[in-house]
Amino acid sequence: MNIDLFFQYIVAGVTYGAIYAVVAIGFNIIYNATGIINFAQGEFVMLGGMTAVTLHHFLPLYAAIIAAVVITTAVGGLIEILFIRWLRRPSVLRVIIITIGLSIIIREAAMHIWGEGVRALPYFTGTSVTSVRLGGVFISPQVLWVAGITALMVAALNIFFGHTLTGRQMRACSANQQAARLCGVNAGNMVTLSFMLSAAIGALGGCIVSPITYVQYDSGTPLAIKGFTVAILGGLGNSFAAVAAGLVLGILESFSIWVLPAAYKDVVSISVLLIILFLRPSGIFGSAETARLKEF
Amino acid sequence: MRLLDVRGLSKRFGGLQAVSGVSFGVSEGAIKALIGPNGAGKTTLFNLISGFLTPDTGAVLFHERPIQGLRPYEIARRGIARTFQHIRLFPKMTSIENVMIGRHLHGKTGFVSAMLGLPGIWREDRGAKERSLEVMEFLGISGLADQEATSLSYGQQRLVELARALACEPGLLLLDEPAAGLNMRETAEMASMISKVRDKGIAILIVEHDMSLVMNISDEIVVLNYGEKVADDTPLAVQKHKEVVRIYLGEEE
Amino acid sequence: MRSRIYLPLLIFIAALIGVQQITSYTGTAYYLTQLTMAAYYCLVIVGLCLMIGYAGQISLGHAGFFAIGGYLSAFLTTYDLTPMKDDRIISFLAKAGFLWTREDLYGGQMLIFQPWAACIAAVLSAVLIAYVIGGPVLKLKGHYLAMATLGFGTIVYRIVLGMTALGGADGLSDVPPFKILPFLEVSGEMSDRVQNYYIAWGLVVVAVFLSLNLIHSRIGRALRSIHGAEDAANAMGIDTARYKLYTFVLSAAFASVAGVFLTHYNGGIGPSEASIMKSVRYVAIVAVGGMANLWGAVVMGTLLNFLSLRGYFGTYDDAVFGAILIVIMLFVPRGLLHMDIVRDLKALLSGRDEEAV
Repeated sequence: MNIDLFFQYIVAGVTYGAIYAVVAIGFNIIYNATGIINFAQGEFVMLGGMTAVTLHHFLPLYAAIIAAVVITTAVGGLIEILFIRWLRRPSVLRVIIITIGLSIIIREAAMHIWGEGVRALPYFTGTSVTSVRLGGVFISPQVLWVAGITALMVAALNIFFGHTLTGRQMRACSANQQAARLCGVNAGNMVTLSFMLSAAIGALGGCIVSPITYVQYDSGTPLAIKGFTVAILGGLGNSFAAVAAGLVLGILESFSIWVLPAAYKDVVSISVLLIILFLRPSGIFGSAETARLKEF
Repeated sequence: MRLLDVRGLSKRFGGLQAVSGVSFGVSEGAIKALIGPNGAGKTTLFNLISGFLTPDTGAVLFHERPIQGLRPYEIARRGIARTFQHIRLFPKMTSIENVMIGRHLHGKTGFVSAMLGLPGIWREDRGAKERSLEVMEFLGISGLADQEATSLSYGQQRLVELARALACEPGLLLLDEPAAGLNMRETAEMASMISKVRDKGIAILIVEHDMSLVMNISDEIVVLNYGEKVADDTPLAVQKHKEVVRIYLGEEE
Repeated sequence: MRSRIYLPLLIFIAALIGVQQITSYTGTAYYLTQLTMAAYYCLVIVGLCLMIGYAGQISLGHAGFFAIGGYLSAFLTTYDLTPMKDDRIISFLAKAGFLWTREDLYGGQMLIFQPWAACIAAVLSAVLIAYVIGGPVLKLKGHYLAMATLGFGTIVYRIVLGMTALGGADGLSDVPPFKILPFLEVSGEMSDRVQNYYIAWGLVVVAVFLSLNLIHSRIGRALRSIHGAEDAANAMGIDTARYKLYTFVLSAAFASVAGVFLTHYNGGIGPSEASIMKSVRYVAIVAVGGMANLWGAVVMGTLLNFLSLRGYFGTYDDAVFGAILIVIMLFVPRGLLHMDIVRDLKALLSGRDEEAV
């Protein structure tokens, strides 16, 4: 394998890895606030991408993206208010099934609205053949956009959870809902906020990768499985580790094309999921003791 | 003769030494109590004996054979039954069905013969039901047989859980805070039930916070503090034990 | 006791015969086609009901076992072994009677597996796979279990979609009929419609009979206890891991048998049978039926699959099942066919806490 091809694989891996990491962070945000794994997480990415593509017919690119993120955020909040908020002490099985049902409804709605076609936003800078030279390799500027915006997102989330009142309240809720409530935190609103936040970053992620990866009504489910793989790989609830794990999985997947037909790309990453689940359900970076304590 | 022999048992969780080098024994047909402040490692010790946790070091001998590291169901089959601090009855099942689960380890019907509905299994099941009813009668709760177990009062649920454990016909019964959440009358009732069980020749290891209950029914008491054994003696001697008094009353020496 | 359990089964058999008679007198025998297909899906659902409703373990990958059964038997009964007929293994198989020759579409001779041999190989493979992955998978709980089974289903789907030998997106076709007995044949022939209806529902009756026995035995009770409080069940001497595994394997066997038979009935199989949506659909039906309610699952499985196969849901087919999942789990987590449904709804509206599922 020549060195150019090697770097191309790395670059492709980073792009896919970024979107997996975004989905994983979305899982983490909701999981931290509620203990729920939202199986419709991948649909937020799809919804963001699709909405932005449509809006771009009338709006400039940046406005279309902002509007798509806002709309998806609203959908995320609405889902929580309509379907999750008023469940009292729901069993894990019940919530799993509800969020799966939601993912199907969103996907089918998308199919009826947008059809089965593959869509994409235009490249943010230049076209699909534009490339910039970076230390001897040519890469698409879109990859830089993806890497840059993902990094900004993670940094912003970190500031939000660490240094703002609302962010700290959300963390308090995840640690102990009862106690947080006693301190005057509205736990219900925090949960709604967590759905909105994870919908927002999912949508933004969907927009930035769509020029490269394309988006289709049914791209959500595979993203959800891989995002979950990454979340597990990094240990649930840990966002920085999720980025690292996302890149690992993205690159692994991209190199798998080298040995296996591209049709089996998903098989490779899901095998990773199964192997981790079988061997170390607490993740590579998580601790086994805490994983067992969480009711999961 | 010692029925249960715990030798130098230790368990560490991350940075916390939950149980360290604890040894004690339970004699055949005796009631032994485990007491100590919250976090002393009593429940951990229970979980180590019943197979829910694996000890880091040490041994647990039952009938002089090592059982540490076995799965909970294997330990149950050897004759150790337990109850739980937070009642763990099976929801959506009647009391009698709950107790019949205790009879499970005495049944023989396998998966395939159950599916085929071979005639013998119905007879076996009837036998299990009769034995379960006898146990419930022994504890005075046979009237609750057909009620959904989790809809019963707290005190009744404790008794159903006790019946379920007794249905296993254990040689040793582990009771994890059997009086927790019970009122005084129910606690007294529970105490008499426990004595009644012992009179049938079943040895009992009990974790309990209710001191009067413990002092009244136990033959011997083990006191734990911070995972270590502080005392192991008769109730009277334990009450006079300096270290124990200090732990419980927080007195300066 | 015994009669109370088997009485519904007798009513069920009578209803099956009644339905067939009605279609024959009213000249609506064409309904039998969808009813036959619905029966095979019911077979999957019966197994899944034991798994989810009784043992309390969710599986989002059961379409995978259906597909393993269907695809393997389709492949073995259509793949021409003539070029390899001198191979030692192949000639041994031929001598042992596992192979036969059949005319292909163009009149040529092909050497292929006997449907019987293919069926046994397919079901055994599914059972073996279930046994091997069941060990580690069933150690998982909650979200982990859901994701692992979802992952398994996706892997099977990707493999059948990706392998050219399995026809890729087109799937496999020209699968020959399956002669079970000299006078019984699983095939899509119009003339065989009635007997196929009875073959399919006969299998369901057998599966329900076995499941009823299981549910009402000490094993069934143990399964429910695992569902309710697994650690307590374990402390009572129940080898919970083993019972979960056996139930998983049994449900995989039911699913793969359904896959084999439906493939012969349809004369082929496509990748959509392995899709996640199919798996979710099975779960949806078990949920509407009331989870731990075998008859609920059978009735709902028949009804919903029949309506879906007749095309009543149009392009909203998948959406209907998604909506069913949400509505049932939100409002009546104990299912529709439940005596206390009114009480459930009242409790829900008055906002009382209800321990659900």
